[in-house]
Amino acid sequence: MNAGETRVVVAMSGGVDSSVAAALLAREGYDVVGMMMRLWSDEALGGAEHNRCCTPDQMRIARSVADKLGIPFYTLDSKGVFRDIVVEYFIDQHRAGYTPNPCLECNRKIRFDWLLRQALALDADYLATGHYARVARRRQGGWLLKKGLDPGKDQSYVLSVMGQEQLKRTLFPVGDYPKSEVRRIARELGLDAANRKDSQDLCFLGNNDYRKFLRAHAPDLMTPGPIVTSAGEVLGEHRGLSNYTIGQRKGLGISYSAPLYVLALNPIRNALVVGKRHELGRDRLVAERFNWVSGALPAGSFRAEVKIRYRAQPQKALVQPLEGGRVRVEFDAPQRDITPGQAAVVYQGEICLGGGVIAKFDDEQESLEPKDQAVQFIA
Amino acid sequence: MKAKREVYLDYSASTPVDPLVMDAMMPYFGEVYGNSTSSHHQGRRGESAVEEARERVARILNCQPAEVVFTSCGSESDNLAIRGAAWRARRQGKAARLITSLVEHSAVINTVRQLGELMDCETVTVPVDRQGIVKADRFAEACRGGAAIASIIYANNEVGSINDLALLAAIAREHEVLFHTDAVQAGGQLTLDVEALGVDMLSLSAHKFYGPKGVGVLYLRDGIDLPSIMTGGGHEGGRRAGTHNTAFIVGLAKALELAYAEASERLARFRHLRGKLVDGLLSRVAGAELTGHPENRLPSHASFVLPGIDANALLMHLDMNGIAASSGSACKTGSPEPSDALLALGYAPDVAKCGLRLSVGSATTEAEIDYALDVLVAAVDKIRGLKREFAT
Repeated sequence: MNAGETRVVVAMSGGVDSSVAAALLAREGYDVVGMMMRLWSDEALGGAEHNRCCTPDQMRIARSVADKLGIPFYTLDSKGVFRDIVVEYFIDQHRAGYTPNPCLECNRKIRFDWLLRQALALDADYLATGHYARVARRRQGGWLLKKGLDPGKDQSYVLSVMGQEQLKRTLFPVGDYPKSEVRRIARELGLDAANRKDSQDLCFLGNNDYRKFLRAHAPDLMTPGPIVTSAGEVLGEHRGLSNYTIGQRKGLGISYSAPLYVLALNPIRNALVVGKRHELGRDRLVAERFNWVSGALPAGSFRAEVKIRYRAQPQKALVQPLEGGRVRVEFDAPQRDITPGQAAVVYQGEICLGGGVIAKFDDEQESLEPKDQAVQFIA
Repeated sequence: MKAKREVYLDYSASTPVDPLVMDAMMPYFGEVYGNSTSSHHQGRRGESAVEEARERVARILNCQPAEVVFTSCGSESDNLAIRGAAWRARRQGKAARLITSLVEHSAVINTVRQLGELMDCETVTVPVDRQGIVKADRFAEACRGGAAIASIIYANNEVGSINDLALLAAIAREHEVLFHTDAVQAGGQLTLDVEALGVDMLSLSAHKFYGPKGVGVLYLRDGIDLPSIMTGGGHEGGRRAGTHNTAFIVGLAKALELAYAEASERLARFRHLRGKLVDGLLSRVAGAELTGHPENRLPSHASFVLPGIDANALLMHLDMNGIAASSGSACKTGSPEPSDALLALGYAPDVAKCGLRLSVGSATTEAEIDYALDVLVAAVDKIRGLKREFAT
């Protein structure tokens, strides 16, 4: 296919990565269309919109980048679909004592479904984003999702929700570059966005502002309750379970003979379960709603590497597909902060095989038994 | 790139400058550059150009040249009329009550709103019917309490409906209420004879009738002494300070003359093209509805609601195919709100997000209308066909 006849819709955020993605495609001669989703406007959070047409900063930047590249730029009203899908999911998960990763849900249901369909309706051949990941063709046919070239920036974790239908229509133009090179390209092209922070931090649900968000939109999640040890001893009062995440040490506000860590969130008793460092480790998990990128369920157990958080290192494990879209992961070494609601994403080397949402542990509503063996932690 | 053809169907938003207008303006960027208030030869040339333009505008408006005030745009004209009238009432020690309708341009709505907030003016908003026409009985009711000014739009920008100004102005006069009209959309298409219309003030903007952007007029009936809202030198009889934008004022006058020369022929062509557009769209797009009055509307203006079709998305599809159109609810930041005008006409909020305005102009051709209709029908199909395809 000739580049000039290939239409690519680029999801632009105003950040460096998506700006450079658009620039690289425009430079290649593709018929590039910039698109930005308006996901949220929240008066309760101070983003007041007294004007019907306010111009948020990110949008202004993205528009000026598109203008510099000479490509059309449109904004899409995605507030309804974002609220109904991602925000609801986010609040429901918190309410049930999970620590959800909204980026995955957004990629699954909004970016690579809703937005992709908007792009295709606009006669686009591809949707491109500024993610650090790569799409490769399999020798046997089909598509692979691979880590971005820059190991420090790889974002395949949040893309583990993608399937073949998405991958064959997706381009990740910056996935083949190290971040430093992306910044250099941005400067070279005089893109306004060159010195801005990474787009990863832009979503209000994806960074620490989420607590502020929950206070405004789900105040019930901010109900104080007891802080208890795994043995049931009450040590103090927490400020609402959603303020805490598993493995957290700072900000508990209690003094104790040894450092205490968050072990579990118990929404039924509205209790925050804490314990000593050695109580934290687990060597297995079950992931639900598991998505296999290839679309095919593996025949049996296999060795792989598994990431349990966006910023965690992949850890060696045995992966065993179960019934009902579930997968069991047995790590070679215990992991300190396996957190229900986060994704467990399975890799073999560069290739992302898929991912699912970490389920609660069977024993979680019980008091947590101290582990009988000392565990080693990986920082 | 796939989009090659460009079709402009947004003449209600702005028009290209007529080459004859540009020619008329050119000398005032070069050879004639004096300040029209200077007494030397350069100044006199500038002054004579401005005064000649004033006479030409006055002929079209059927008024005295001294009643023509040049401003920087239609919004400024609206501001001068409404703000000036409110201040005038205060100066006379009267309550500055302000009457307007539910479907005014934002220059009127927001000026009235601000005066309500900052000057504690009482504001009265008169409702419109389903076609967007101001209800005369309700207007009369509003005028009964007296007011500093009543400002009613001549032809609505969003739905194109034309108000019966002669009737409304007569009602206002009966109650000794000053009557202003925003005639920005009407300029070039409807009569601007201020005697026939009976208005006290009337706003115009040159770029709606093939003149340049950045110049407007306020007709201000002799004897109405409005405090200036732009203070400074004694330009425009003390009603609007600021050095004359000679070239643009000359351009405005030229454009207005051209618009009213052989107008009936041009407007008949607009009506024909508009009719083709309306018939085509209503017959080919299921659920589409014409908004505003079916006949009593601007000749160039067609407006619709396409229920279920988000205006932002539709405009994107049209633009990708080179078609320039607009909507009262679309917004560049992707945060469309229901159109206030459509809400005022009684449309439900979800329908009021689905407005589309197409306006024809001097360069519009039949072939362009055919192309636009084909693109519109295809775009609506695509947007309606956006079902879940990759459900996981």
